[in-house]
Amino acid sequence: MNRDAFEMIVGLEVHVQLRTRTKAFCRCPTSFGDPPNRNTCPVCLALPGALPVLNARAVELAVRAALALDATVHNRSVFARKNYFYPDLPKGYQISQFEHPLATGGGVSLDGGRRIGITRIHMEEDAGKSVHDRFAGATAVDLNRAGVPLIEIVGAPDIRSSREAGAYLRALREILVYADVSDCSMEEGSFRVDANVSARRRGESALRTRTEIKNLNSFSNAERALDIEFARHCAAHEAGEVVVQQTMLYDAPADAVRPARSKEESHDYRYFPDPDLPPLVLAPGYVDAARATVPEPPGARRARYVSQGVTSPDAHALTADRGVVTYFEAVVAAGVPAPTAAHWVLGEVLAARNAGAGDAAFVEAGRLADLVAMVRANEVSSSAAKAIYATMIGDPGAPRAIAARDGRLQVGDDAALRAWVDEVLAENPAEAARFLGGEARLLGVLVGLVMKKSSGRADPKKVGQLLSGRVAGR
Amino acid sequence: MTDAVAGSAALIAASVRAGNVSARELASAALDAADRHQRRLNAFVSMDREATLAAADAAPRGGVLAGVPVAIKDNIATPFLTTSCGSRVLEGYVSPFEATAARKLREAGAVLIGKTTMDEFAMGSSTEHSAFGPARNPHDPDRVPGGSSGGSAVAVAAGVCPIALGSETGGSVRQPAAFCGVVGVKPTYGRVSRFGLVAFASSLDNVGVFGRTVDDAALALEVISGPDAAHDATSATGDVPRFRASAFDEPSPRGGAHVGDLSGVVIGRPREYFPGSLDAAMRDRCDRALDALRAAGAEVRDVSLPHTDLAIPAYYIVAPAECSANLARFDGVRYGARVTGDGLRAMYEATRSNGFGEEVTRRILLGTYVLSAGYYDAYYRKAMQARALIRADFESVFASGVHALFTPTTPTTAFPFGSMADPYDMYLSDIFTVTANLAGVPALSLPIGRVHGLPVGGQVIAPRFAEAGMLRVASALERALGADAHR
Amino acid sequence: MAVSADDVRRVAALARIGVAESRIPALVRELDGILAHMEVLARVTELAPDVELAGMPLAADEPGAVPLARPREQFAPAMRDGFFLVPRLATHDAAAGAS
Repeated sequence: MNRDAFEMIVGLEVHVQLRTRTKAFCRCPTSFGDPPNRNTCPVCLALPGALPVLNARAVELAVRAALALDATVHNRSVFARKNYFYPDLPKGYQISQFEHPLATGGGVSLDGGRRIGITRIHMEEDAGKSVHDRFAGATAVDLNRAGVPLIEIVGAPDIRSSREAGAYLRALREILVYADVSDCSMEEGSFRVDANVSARRRGESALRTRTEIKNLNSFSNAERALDIEFARHCAAHEAGEVVVQQTMLYDAPADAVRPARSKEESHDYRYFPDPDLPPLVLAPGYVDAARATVPEPPGARRARYVSQGVTSPDAHALTADRGVVTYFEAVVAAGVPAPTAAHWVLGEVLAARNAGAGDAAFVEAGRLADLVAMVRANEVSSSAAKAIYATMIGDPGAPRAIAARDGRLQVGDDAALRAWVDEVLAENPAEAARFLGGEARLLGVLVGLVMKKSSGRADPKKVGQLLSGRVAGR
Repeated sequence: MTDAVAGSAALIAASVRAGNVSARELASAALDAADRHQRRLNAFVSMDREATLAAADAAPRGGVLAGVPVAIKDNIATPFLTTSCGSRVLEGYVSPFEATAARKLREAGAVLIGKTTMDEFAMGSSTEHSAFGPARNPHDPDRVPGGSSGGSAVAVAAGVCPIALGSETGGSVRQPAAFCGVVGVKPTYGRVSRFGLVAFASSLDNVGVFGRTVDDAALALEVISGPDAAHDATSATGDVPRFRASAFDEPSPRGGAHVGDLSGVVIGRPREYFPGSLDAAMRDRCDRALDALRAAGAEVRDVSLPHTDLAIPAYYIVAPAECSANLARFDGVRYGARVTGDGLRAMYEATRSNGFGEEVTRRILLGTYVLSAGYYDAYYRKAMQARALIRADFESVFASGVHALFTPTTPTTAFPFGSMADPYDMYLSDIFTVTANLAGVPALSLPIGRVHGLPVGGQVIAPRFAEAGMLRVASALERALGADAHR
Repeated sequence: MAVSADDVRRVAALARIGVAESRIPALVRELDGILAHMEVLARVTELAPDVELAGMPLAADEPGAVPLARPREQFAPAMRDGFFLVPRLATHDAAAGAS
C-alpha cells in the first residue's frame, strides 16, 4: 500500500473544563473525586421545577479562552437544548450553544509556523459519569460532573499529520493553561479530545468520508489512533472499498481503533433555544476588559525573549511554567538584561524553588536586580552572589546589606589578595611549582583555591592577574 | 368557623394579626370545608391534616397573609404534600425543595391546606386529563371547572379558601377562573419566579393566582411577585409596586376623584376577540361590562390585533416543542415511578408510556415532530416568527394610548365532561387567552355575569409590568358591575 | 406535510415513549389533524421588529446550591453505594456522553 499517495485530513474537537468553583448552571462544587452524587442539587439532578442560572465566572473564563485563541467573541450568544436520552444526562438534554456560539474564528500557531484554524468555541455543560463495570447487570450513574462548565473548541480540518495533531494539542493546552482558564488535566478529564479523520489522494481538493475517533485520552494515544485510522482509510481507498462515516473508539491497551457499536438510531438532537436562559449578552466593554486579562501567548513570548538574546531552549524552559515566566518578566522589568535574568531564574531561582523554598524563591524582582547589578560591578563574585541570594529568600534585607553583614563583598585590595595568593602557593607547593614552572592550565585551580580561602570575596580576575604576574615575574 | 374562611384574605389576616382567631382554627375550618366538598368536586389531590396544622402553628402571625388558608396547584413544589402534576409518573412524589412562590406565601403567614387537581403537567383545559380524576364545577358538577388549574379555581369558588395558586401556559388560570366565577390573574412573564413550578413550556409558563375578589388576588400576587435572579434567569429584575394599594387607594391618572374612577383611562376592544360567531349571550355580558367601564369614566376604543389568528397555531407548536424537552427528565432514573423492562431502552419506554397520559403523550410526540430534522424551519421557526408578530401587535396597540384591553376570557361557558372529543376543539377554548402568554403581557379574568346559571369571565389585558393599572381597571369594573357580576 | 405511521414511530422512539402499534393509526390521525391547523403559519413571511433583550442575569461563582430537604435515596427508584442504578446498557461502550 502506498500510504504516501494519501494525505491525512484531521480536525480536532477539544472539550475543556473551565476552572470554576461551582457548576455552570447551579452552585454545586466542581471538585473532583468526591463520593458519587455528593455534589448534586435540584438543578443538576433535574428535579421537577428546578431552573438553570449561568455562572458568571464560566463566562469570564470562556471569553478569556476565546481571546487567547484569537477568536472573535460575540456580544450575544444563545444557549440551546441538545436533546438525547442517556442515564447520565439528567434533563434529557444538554445545555449547549448551537446557532449562536460564544466565539468563532481564531487559531493556534505551531512552532514550525503552520497555523491551525479554529471554527468555533462554544460553552456547554458536562454530563455525568456512567460506570458500567461496578455492579453486575447494572449501570451506575454518578452526577457529580453533570453541569460542570466546558468549552468546546472546534478546530478546522487543517491538520495534516498525527505529529501536527500532537503539536496542536500541546500548543492549545499551553495557551489555555497560560490563560488560567483550565487545568487541562487529561487524567481528570478536564481536557478531552475527539478527532475527525479522513484521507484523500494528494492533489485532490474534495474531502472524502470522515470517521470520528473518541476516547483519545492522551496526546500519544491521539497520535497513535490517527495513524492507525489513517492507514485503515488509505487501505480502503486503495482497495476501492467504502469508508463508512461512523464513530470509532481507540482501545489503548490493544492499540486498536474499533467501530463503536452502532446505536439503534441515528441522532436527531432537535436543538432549539433554551427558553430557561435568555440570550447571553456581554455588556459593552466586557470583551475589552477581558482582553486585558489575557496573557501574551507563550509562543509570542518565546519569540520576544529570543530576540532579546535568550537562547531558544531557555525561552522554552521559561514559558513552561506560568509562575516562572511571570517572575522572569518582573526581573527583566527591574532592569536585568534578558539573558542574565534567564540565567538566574532558570538557575538559582528554579533550583531554590524546587529544593523546597517554593514561591519564596521568587524574591522581590528589584532586590534580585540589585544583586545582579552588584555582580556586574564586581562588588561581589558570582559565587558570593549565589550565597547572598540564598540568604535573601528568608531575609528581607537589601543584598548589599546582606553582603556586607555576611562579609561577602568582593575584596579588590592588592595587599589582601597578595596575602591570599601567597598563602595558597605556600599551602600547595606541588601545584605551585608546576604552575610557576609553566603549566598554565593550573591557573584555574589556583584561582579557585584563592576564592575558597577568601570565602568568595576575592576578585577572581585580579587573582588571576596576580598569579600570572608571578609566572611572568620569574 | 366556616364563615371565617369564607371571608376575604385581607380580613382573615387582619383577625389573625389581632389575635381574634388562630391560624390553626382557620386551617382546621378550611380542611373541614375541603373534606366536605371533596367527594363531589375532587378539588384536591393531596391533603394532610397533621402536617397542615403543624404548618399553621409555625406560620408567622404578623404577615400580610397571616393564617390565610391557601390551596396550591400540584405542579408547584411545596415542602410537604405531593408535587405530582396530575401524573402517574410523579404519583406520590414529594419535592425535596420549595418553589419560590410557595415559600413567599408561607413566609407571609399563609397556610397550605392542599394540592389541587390539574390536567396532567398542566396540559388541558378541563382537568379531564388528570391521572387522579377530574375536578368538578361547583356551579354544575356535570361540567368541567376548566383547566388546567381547575382544582385551585374550584377550591376558591367553593369557599374552601380565599386564595389559591395556579399556573398558566395558555390560559390555565384565567379559563378556570371564568368557568368557576372567580378572579384569576396571570402576571407579566417573569414577574413571579418560576423556580419550583414544574415546567410545561418554559417561555410561556407563569405562576398565577385565584381570588374571590380582585382585591384578594392583588394581595396574593403582590406577595409572590419579585426578582429571583439566583434561581430563575427569566425572572424580572424590577421592583414590584404595591398592586393592592395601587388598585384601591391611588388616585386615577387624571388625579381623579374616587376609588373606581376610570376617568382618563382608555380601554381597547380588540375586534378579533368579538367574532361574529361569538355566542350572543356571551357578547351581551361583555357589552354590559364595557358599558360599566364607560360608566366608571373609561373611554372604550375599537382596536385591532391583526395577527390573533396565528396565536393558536403558534402556541401549539411552541408549547409542545418546549414540553417535549421539559418532560424528558421523567425517565425513571433519579425519581418518580420506574417501570422496568428488558434493558435500559425498554425501561425508558415503559416508564414513559405508563407514566404519561394520552394528552401528554400526544403533545410530546407533536413537539418532538416539529423540532425534528427537516421540520424545524417549517414549524418552530415560523411559530416563533408568528409569536413575535403577536407581541408586536400588543406593543403597537398599547403604544397608541390604550391602557388596557377588554375581551371575553373564553368563547363559551363551562362545557360538559366528555364534550371535547377532538383535541383541537379543546385547544380552541384557549383562543382568547393564549395571546397574553405568547406576548408575555399580564391578563386577568373576573366574573362579569352568568349565562344559564354558568359564570362568564371578562378579560383585562395590560402592557408588560402594568399589573397595577390592570388590577385597578378590574377593581373598578368589579365595583361598577356589583351584583351583576354574578347574574 | 402529512404525518405517516413511520413518522409517529420515529418520534416515539426519539421521545422514548413506548407506543403500541394499535395506537399508531389514531395518533397519525390526531397529529395530522392538529398539524393541518398549523399550515396557516406557512403564510408568515413578515418579521416583527427585533426586541433587544438585556440578556440574562448571571450568578457569582460561590458555593450555595439549593439544599435537598430529603436524601436522594428517598426519591430515587434504585440507588446503591450512592450511585443511581439503571439496567446495563446493551451498547454501553458505544454510547457517548456529552459531545
